[in-house]
Amino acid sequence: MSSNFGLENLAVEEGARGTRLPDGGTVQPVRPPSRRKRRGIGWGQRLEITVLSGPAILMFVGFVIFPVVMAAYYGFFRWKGFGRPTNFVGLKNYATILQDSLFHDALWHNLVIVVLSLIIQGPIALGFALLLNQKMRGQSLIRVLIFVPYVIAEVIVGTGWSLLLQTNGAINGVLRSMGLGWLTSDWLANPNLAIWTLMLILTWKYVGFAVILFLAGMQNIPEELSEAAAVDGASYWQTQRMITVPLLGPTIRIWAFLSIIGALQLFDLVYIIWGQYVSSTAGVSTMATYMVTEGRNAGNYGYGNAVAVVLFLISLVIALLYQRFVLRRDTEGALTGR
Amino acid sequence: MATTTDSTPAPATQAVVPARHKPKKESRWGNPIVYFAALVLVALMIGPVLYIIVGGFRTNSQITANPAGLPNPWVVGNYLDVLTSATFWRQVGNSTIAAVSTTIGVIVLGVMASYVVARYQFRGRGAMYALFAAGLMFPITVAITPLYILVKNLGLVNSLAGVILPQIAFGLPTTIIIMVPFLQAIPKEIEEAAAIDRCSRLGFFWRMVLPLSVPGLITTGILAFIASWNSYLLPLFILNNQNTFTLPLGVQAFASQYSVDTAKVLAFTSLSMIPALVFFSLFERRIVGGLTGAVKG
Repeated sequence: MSSNFGLENLAVEEGARGTRLPDGGTVQPVRPPSRRKRRGIGWGQRLEITVLSGPAILMFVGFVIFPVVMAAYYGFFRWKGFGRPTNFVGLKNYATILQDSLFHDALWHNLVIVVLSLIIQGPIALGFALLLNQKMRGQSLIRVLIFVPYVIAEVIVGTGWSLLLQTNGAINGVLRSMGLGWLTSDWLANPNLAIWTLMLILTWKYVGFAVILFLAGMQNIPEELSEAAAVDGASYWQTQRMITVPLLGPTIRIWAFLSIIGALQLFDLVYIIWGQYVSSTAGVSTMATYMVTEGRNAGNYGYGNAVAVVLFLISLVIALLYQRFVLRRDTEGALTGR
Repeated sequence: MATTTDSTPAPATQAVVPARHKPKKESRWGNPIVYFAALVLVALMIGPVLYIIVGGFRTNSQITANPAGLPNPWVVGNYLDVLTSATFWRQVGNSTIAAVSTTIGVIVLGVMASYVVARYQFRGRGAMYALFAAGLMFPITVAITPLYILVKNLGLVNSLAGVILPQIAFGLPTTIIIMVPFLQAIPKEIEEAAAIDRCSRLGFFWRMVLPLSVPGLITTGILAFIASWNSYLLPLFILNNQNTFTLPLGVQAFASQYSVDTAKVLAFTSLSMIPALVFFSLFERRIVGGLTGAVKG
């Protein structure tokens, strides 16, 4: 998991010379070599480590790890969120979740969104990145502009797009004025269309991030390779297909990982645009919107926590499988550490 | 790359240009099709944003008559109404307090922990890094239900602190992932020189590491600020009182309250995205560099 970034020697040296007090400057006389000697770490350093990393670890464990653990506990209760949970129901919440057709729908939508995000955003982003990787003027300005949707808040994206996509909104207006009136439709409420509308908005919002990642990956590919290919008579497309795309593999795989995790946890845009009631009838509910609707909004906190656990486990399993079978191929361990 | 041909003999002045030479000025202009495609791409990405901003300058009757048209005439009334409303400024204030506190918290806690991971040798160092790195995989969605209960038990519901503290915790993984390689890149020689000058590790941290890591701190700080400014799910759970609403909640409440007043909603929405856009355009290079750096490790 961890490599030693060449600091080992220094640390051992220091440990042997005695530890330094945290209050700056003064060096303690050489400490009698204790059991700790082999690790080259004395009490002074331990204190420093504790003082420096303690607050972050406390915050992280307290507000990230602890709640997830507590969700597993609360999930076994029927509980309205007041006082201590007392009505222990065992696995009943989980049985309900697994039998609820609304949850099945939500899970199915999540999986559809995961797959569609990959096969829609991936090729589009790759195409755009290849396009912007050309020598051209104004490249940096273009990069800023295509990244704008990613920086804007989900609420703004949701509000803006729902106004654009209303039945009497601008999208239908443009279609009508172009003589394409037959194309106008109820983009948000039509259950056959809504998931595609959602994909359109998701693609618009997140494709810029993928483009920026891919571009950064492309800049790391030595130019000599494509120059050599050009000398050998390879066409532009051959060069991209045989050199750029394969060498971009690690970047693409990491992007896909982030995209999958994001799609599994999708909440904001769906909840903002479709709200808690419409999302399931429009066919765009996700596990997260199901969790909020059935848990907090219904006042069933035990049940909501059980949904959170299911969501967590599904994400965890998929993340681990992905890391095990896909990311392992890459020498750079990226998110998993080194 | 495709535009330069190696077979043509170079002019005398450039005869000895090495293989890695920067492309000549005139060849930078490239293919017109590329420009056209890039233009279409930019239009698609910016169009909806422009629609929101420009729509705020129209009246509702203009919007109803022609949903996709340009303002005719341009009216500033919507923007003025929003800019003179106390609600808007209260929400700006709440968002600012939340974002600034989150940023400071994330930076202070993050850089201290990153320093430990980057430059101390101890058992459990790898585990500590892995702990924070694992946090990247699980956004706040998974934890939100129990997190709400925790915040409620702490008595922080309807207070900005109830949003700030969890946001700091959830901002730490990104910060640490970005800062650790950054701090590791500080040459060992500087640390040795500091040690020779009787500077303790903590003294080294204060006098050398912090000043040297300012660029990284700016990147992580901006990321934390924008994340907090845009944050929706956590405030949705924690803040139920209109007086404590941050801008995203405010935009949503405004949009449903004035659902018939589309123009005003558009004005409110475009004003609320200004800070994130300004920060982003000022520090675009750092943010993009930080994000791609974080992802690539």
